[in-house]
Amino acid sequence: MTDSKTAGDAQAKPGAKSKYDYSKGPLPLEINLTWCKACNLCIALCPKQVFEPDRDGKPVQARPDDCTQCTICWVHCPDFAITSNYK
Amino acid sequence: MATAEKQKSDVVLKYLRPKKKFPSVWCPGCGNGIVMGAFLRAIDKLGYDKDNVAVVSGIGCSSRLPIYLDFHTLHTTHGRALPFATGVKFARPGMKVIVITGDGDALAIGGNHFIHACRRNIDITAILINNYIYGMTGGQGSPTTPSAAISTTTPYGNAEKHFDPCDLAIGAGASFVARATVYHTPQMERLIGEALEHRGFSLVEVISNCHTYFGRLNRQGDPVAMIKAFKDNAVAKARAEKMTAEELKGKFVIGGLYRSDKTEFCDEYQKVVDAHLVK
Repeated sequence: MTDSKTAGDAQAKPGAKSKYDYSKGPLPLEINLTWCKACNLCIALCPKQVFEPDRDGKPVQARPDDCTQCTICWVHCPDFAITSNYK
Repeated sequence: MATAEKQKSDVVLKYLRPKKKFPSVWCPGCGNGIVMGAFLRAIDKLGYDKDNVAVVSGIGCSSRLPIYLDFHTLHTTHGRALPFATGVKFARPGMKVIVITGDGDALAIGGNHFIHACRRNIDITAILINNYIYGMTGGQGSPTTPSAAISTTTPYGNAEKHFDPCDLAIGAGASFVARATVYHTPQMERLIGEALEHRGFSLVEVISNCHTYFGRLNRQGDPVAMIKAFKDNAVAKARAEKMTAEELKGKFVIGGLYRSDKTEFCDEYQKVVDAHLVK
């Protein structure tokens, strides 16, 4: 994958994909994959690199425990595909 | 903090038209969707009634925005969004009238309407989404295309000077002028909220990305690179006052730029009616 596609940030962290413990509640964010257009904004702008692109370029929450609910991903999502599950 | 933000993340969905097909027509990563989200969150924060808001737009990528909104919406001819909005405001002075327009729509085809709406200082909120190019029709140069930038009508670089919409609006007499970018979304949300609350003509210019035409022709990269460039090139107003003109070259000033308490057109007109026509 080229640098321009991921803008560097998402690749910075090695992919330590841990199993999410669902007894803590749902994943921090809800991603509507039918509305997502794979623009890569949430993946690149997330300061904690929570997302990883799947093979379509759409975000997958690879590191959900790192999410701090900083609101950057869903505030910058042009297609309203991300909502927060944080209560 | 947490509960308020939970409400905000899905508050946008409440204002989308239920029968519209999503995803929207815009290119992946287009800033118009970000502006739409910020605008809806600003409306929700102010608690306006859906039936008391009219959103008017002309033609262009940005003007596709109101068709997704569950307010009174009016999709008009190219550049004539402000005259239609003036009519709506005059017929229903209590209604909140918002114009969503693009740089070509407001400044080229509707340039005359734009300066006269500013001059009258009628209570309309105009959100001008500036992406420096005509995106919908194929990347032609618009009045805000910067000098030396490439578009399909200026393939060797633009020889013209460009308009600064904020300076134009201040010069023409608008009473609230602000500029934001799609990177600085919370600030945009706050400025749109202030503009909606302001009585008089209020302009919020939002610098947006057109990576499909402007970014591709000028080699500015994908939406992520363009939006990150807004972060680097934006200068807050307080900091810009200490900078020299040379340092400010190629950058743009964001924040609330101008505010005054001029008399509003509908109020003045009502005074004329009360004094001379109604006995």
